[in-house]
Amino acid sequence: MLESKDIVKTYGKKAAVDHFSLTLEEGHIYGMLGPNGSGKSTWMKMVSGLIVPDRGEIRYNDDIVGIETKKQVAYMSTEPFFYSYMKIKDVGKYYRDFFEDFDMEVFESLLKRMELDPELKVRTLSSGMAAKLKIAATMARHAKVYLLDEPFNGIDLLARDQIVSMILERFDDDCIMVISSHMVEELEKIIDSAVFMKNGSLVLAGDVEQIRAERGKSIADLYREIYTA
Amino acid sequence: MNYQTDRPIYLQVIDDIRQKLIRGEITPGEKLPSVRELAQQYQINPNTASRVYKEMERSGICFTRRGMGTFITEEDTMMKQIKSEMAAECLDSFLQTMQMMGFRLEDMIQMLTERYEEGREDNS
Repeated sequence: MLESKDIVKTYGKKAAVDHFSLTLEEGHIYGMLGPNGSGKSTWMKMVSGLIVPDRGEIRYNDDIVGIETKKQVAYMSTEPFFYSYMKIKDVGKYYRDFFEDFDMEVFESLLKRMELDPELKVRTLSSGMAAKLKIAATMARHAKVYLLDEPFNGIDLLARDQIVSMILERFDDDCIMVISSHMVEELEKIIDSAVFMKNGSLVLAGDVEQIRAERGKSIADLYREIYTA
Repeated sequence: MNYQTDRPIYLQVIDDIRQKLIRGEITPGEKLPSVRELAQQYQINPNTASRVYKEMERSGICFTRRGMGTFITEEDTMMKQIKSEMAAECLDSFLQTMQMMGFRLEDMIQMLTERYEEGREDNS
């Protein structure tokens, strides 16, 4: 269980995350939804222990998020984080040195499935290939919490389908998966729960089918309603 | 598969499986993919995939053997039931649209008969 209690994070005068509380459970894929600047990335960085909240606390199974929980949280940021001189296979080694739970065999099998040649230089990759590599490296960890920040940004339809396959293959009942996106249509069929954020606060969270049934509209329509008002 | 966003996804997957049954692409007694495989095949959430089997079990289309997997029911009545369910849904939507346009039952029967005859001529 991943609990965020009354989290506040301010940059200057602006609250990036503003009194945000949310509990996530194992065995679910959550869609974290909201336009750019709604606080999704800031929250993910706090859960992964990269930045510290000004107020409130985040707990993973009763442990306050920090060095210990870092081992169980796999976070994929929107920024590219490989050196361009590296080959794809070097990215695997780099990850293995960083994370105890990194599984080279899983990484290699994901590369094969994604049609990524281990000998290719990172510098030469198209944006779709780079996106696939980033996700393969993250998903090759045996983590308990996966946080994917905008995995579908700037990629074509085929790469998207491959990424979806990769996510579904690696998802397990004992892990929590959170995928952020401002492109709701991409997420609608793979998430079972939706979290809507606006200006750093929680607007709505719940089971996707239940939201659809209760409100009689798709998640995409609800998104339009929440963010155009 | 393309999904409509305003209808529960598990229902759309069940529809697809029922159509495969009617077309004979899946046969009674056949073993169905595991929940994980189903999720991959339809690119859907594994919880949605497990709901697909739960609902199909409830309506008697399939059954689960512990440790063996999920299988399509082998009774003839099941195929009949699916056909009549799908026919009913098809008729409901036909009637709804036709009534919205103001056609009466006699008109509909006549139009349907003509259409059916046309189709037979085209095929022969």
